Amino acid sequence: MGSYIPNTRAQREEMLSAVGVSRVEDLFAAVPHEMLLEHLDLPAGLSELEVRRAVEAMAAKNKVYGTVLRGAGAYRHFIPSVVKSVISREELVTAYTPYQAEVSQGILQAIFEYQTMICALTGMEVSNASVYDGSTAAAEAIAMCRDRKKNKALVSACADPQTIAVMRTYCFGSGMELEVVPAKDGRTDLEALKAALTADAACVYLQQPNFFGNIEDAKAAGEAVHAAGAKYIMGCNPIALAVMETPAECGADIAVGEAQPLGLDLAFGGPYLGYMAANKAMFRKLPGRIVGQTHDVDGNVGYVLTLTAREQHIRREKASSNICSNQALCAFAAGVYLSAMGAEGLRQAAKLSMSKAHYLAAELAKIGLPRLHEGPFFHEFATKCDKPGAVLKALDEQGILGGLAVDGGILWCATEVVSKEEIDRAVAIIKEVC
Amino acid sequence: MKLIFEKGAPGQHLSLLPACDVPEVEIVSPRAEAPELPHLSETELTRHYTALAKRVHGVNDGFYPLGSCTMKYNPKINEDMANLPGFTNIHPLQPEETVQGCLEVLHTSAKLLGEITGMDAMTFQPAAGAHGEFTGLLLIKAYHKNRGDSARTKIIVPDSAHGTNPASAVMAGFTVVNVPSGPDGCVDVEALRSAVGPDTAGLMLTNPNTVGIFDRNILEITKIIHDAGGLCYYDGANLNAVMGVVRPGDMGFDVIHLNLHKTFSTPHGGGGPGAGAVGCKALLAPFLPGPVVEKNENGYRLAVPEHSIGRVKNFCGNFGVVVRALTYVLTLGQEGIPEAAKNAVLNANYMMKRLSEKYTMAYAGPCMHEFVMDLQDLKAATGCSAMDIAKGLLDHGIHPPTMYFPLIVHEALMIEPTETESRETMDEACDVFLALWDLAHETPQALHDAPVKTPVRRLDEVGAARNPVLKYTPND
Repeated sequence: MGSYIPNTRAQREEMLSAVGVSRVEDLFAAVPHEMLLEHLDLPAGLSELEVRRAVEAMAAKNKVYGTVLRGAGAYRHFIPSVVKSVISREELVTAYTPYQAEVSQGILQAIFEYQTMICALTGMEVSNASVYDGSTAAAEAIAMCRDRKKNKALVSACADPQTIAVMRTYCFGSGMELEVVPAKDGRTDLEALKAALTADAACVYLQQPNFFGNIEDAKAAGEAVHAAGAKYIMGCNPIALAVMETPAECGADIAVGEAQPLGLDLAFGGPYLGYMAANKAMFRKLPGRIVGQTHDVDGNVGYVLTLTAREQHIRREKASSNICSNQALCAFAAGVYLSAMGAEGLRQAAKLSMSKAHYLAAELAKIGLPRLHEGPFFHEFATKCDKPGAVLKALDEQGILGGLAVDGGILWCATEVVSKEEIDRAVAIIKEVC
Repeated sequence: MKLIFEKGAPGQHLSLLPACDVPEVEIVSPRAEAPELPHLSETELTRHYTALAKRVHGVNDGFYPLGSCTMKYNPKINEDMANLPGFTNIHPLQPEETVQGCLEVLHTSAKLLGEITGMDAMTFQPAAGAHGEFTGLLLIKAYHKNRGDSARTKIIVPDSAHGTNPASAVMAGFTVVNVPSGPDGCVDVEALRSAVGPDTAGLMLTNPNTVGIFDRNILEITKIIHDAGGLCYYDGANLNAVMGVVRPGDMGFDVIHLNLHKTFSTPHGGGGPGAGAVGCKALLAPFLPGPVVEKNENGYRLAVPEHSIGRVKNFCGNFGVVVRALTYVLTLGQEGIPEAAKNAVLNANYMMKRLSEKYTMAYAGPCMHEFVMDLQDLKAATGCSAMDIAKGLLDHGIHPPTMYFPLIVHEALMIEPTETESRETMDEACDVFLALWDLAHETPQALHDAPVKTPVRRLDEVGAARNPVLKYTPND
């Protein structure tokens, strides 16, 4: 069996006698005898080589696609080598939450830098240290907006269905009402939104670009939300933010999103990273960790977890959220990614992704798969398709993960890692089927 | 140390992406200005992060006896397995037949961890312990609701509980009833008996509790709750003390969360990502978040339980963390799991015994995997607080224990060595603890001034909260 216990049998015997018992079982005397487990039905422990074989065999049962044309909330982007190199450092991997600031300056400073970069991307004034993922960030954001008179949250039907599902679960807990604002032609129906903005509406969540890749009129939506006295939450793709109007420019009170595109693997859905930023009027309602700059007794600049009076370990049942961790190592990765890309590299990734997606859309239209919706889109778009099953199967057989089957067609995605050659090949395969 | 924004120069960059090979498209509603991001060469960039990493104390830098956090060694094989391309390159929305390996990881993990905890079903969607608590409480809420019992609105929480317990209960829409602990740090059974009623939805409990004691009345406690019609939630933060020895399911618990990043050796990453797997008895399985993994003759498939509370997170949770935990459980196996628990308890008792020479223990031993010292008498005699001792440890390369928790002990230091520390390491640490006790009596000012060898010294936390500086702003 494998074991990570350093003490030898002889050392353990000495320790037991120092403690004053003869058997380690004596230390469990408080456990009622009838409860002690007689047989633990687990396989026998394994050597490292055996474990490696067993887990590698599982990984081998998965299919890794050479070309990925699917997004829908998880995106394959280029990850610079420096990202994994940095976040593999043992100090960063193995440390706990930076409670002891004097020996955690590296993590604290990195989070402070991450917060600064999220503010730069979103245009918002304050960022927290991150939360679990984009959907939990969205759910936490609507909780920030609740007050005694406003118990209803509105979410656009064009948001990621998983985000809406997570919001619904959080609202089942809190008792907040969740209402879905219908879509019209692949975008949020602004007239329906205005009608839904009753006096009890606390907030509206709009995703940009939306689940179908379409670019929403986020400014107009924001104006409608504010006119009704509600808070405006935008969920934005962080790569798109390199080039698109920021949530701040669109009038958002809170900006959240899934930051997996910033240097994190697809990894079957996690760990990912939820970013969360707010304007100054709302930042004290942000959940989770926040790092602040300060100085030590000698006047040196340093960093600490701050504004902790909001949090559960102080406020217990009066806390606004129970969250007490962030996705620190993922936030670290995002910070390294953004530093490596720089504003120009990020813009290039965004523009390449968008251009490839538009090329794919144009080529698909030529072979009889026109877009399902009109108007501007970023790096995702839905097309009509009569036989999505056959199309996706044909691509799959050639090592290509096609788009996601959605109501009425297929939702496609292209990013900077897809070459023109790959797109042409995929289109040729689809042409054979259609 | 300079911030990354203060390094490099405009124009410095890495060469990462190729030229565009398709017609370029312009954005219709562009942002007014480019985001202000760092601009460095690869040399300067990597040096910056190497310098940051050096300003962090991790488990691999030295002893880390942070109570309640189970800072055990993080095996390297776990990292290798999680980083296999067959896992890292898998899109979460791939067809089921192309992700059979991922589903096998989740299904096998649920089975093995279910056996260790005595639970029938499990979800890996929750991303952290607190997230697991929230999920578990929603299961309890949905269970009562489904039975048409809407009167059960209260969750009972002992005053020794982690702060997340009451905070999670409120997020789940419950009212919190705090029950006091007895003088032994355990649940006051009579107080509990008088707290339950037809409005009791459930109880949240850690066992061993937050003072490191196994509550010997546990069967009576869970029976009181069940007799009142409530359910019992097990906060798995302290499972490392008892895994393979006694199971929460056999103690009478109906639902639990596991901190895979504590008990099952996955790294903490400086505050995440973790994983807060939630296990439950069969009666709660129909309410689990969906999808869960099922197995049939054709292999594994994803399915949504009949009365699912819905999603608590995207996709299947922090999958990469589950791979690490599974690797660990497969490594230790049937013998290794209880062996780890027993050695965690032995190590804690050994340190407790040695430190009892000078320090006052909040509760008499034997302890389980951790113990709490109460430094009130030291503070009265010397003016040196638990905080001062903690800061003194920093100068000796030891990460301090958990300070000022649980709240029922005023000058608390909570020590959890874990099973992966050697006697040699613990002896050296005990020598330091005992020397600091003497130092507190001889030159207390030296401890008030500590630390002096760390990259920065004590930081002004009050000032940080009063005038929050939460991002970098260029001077000019």
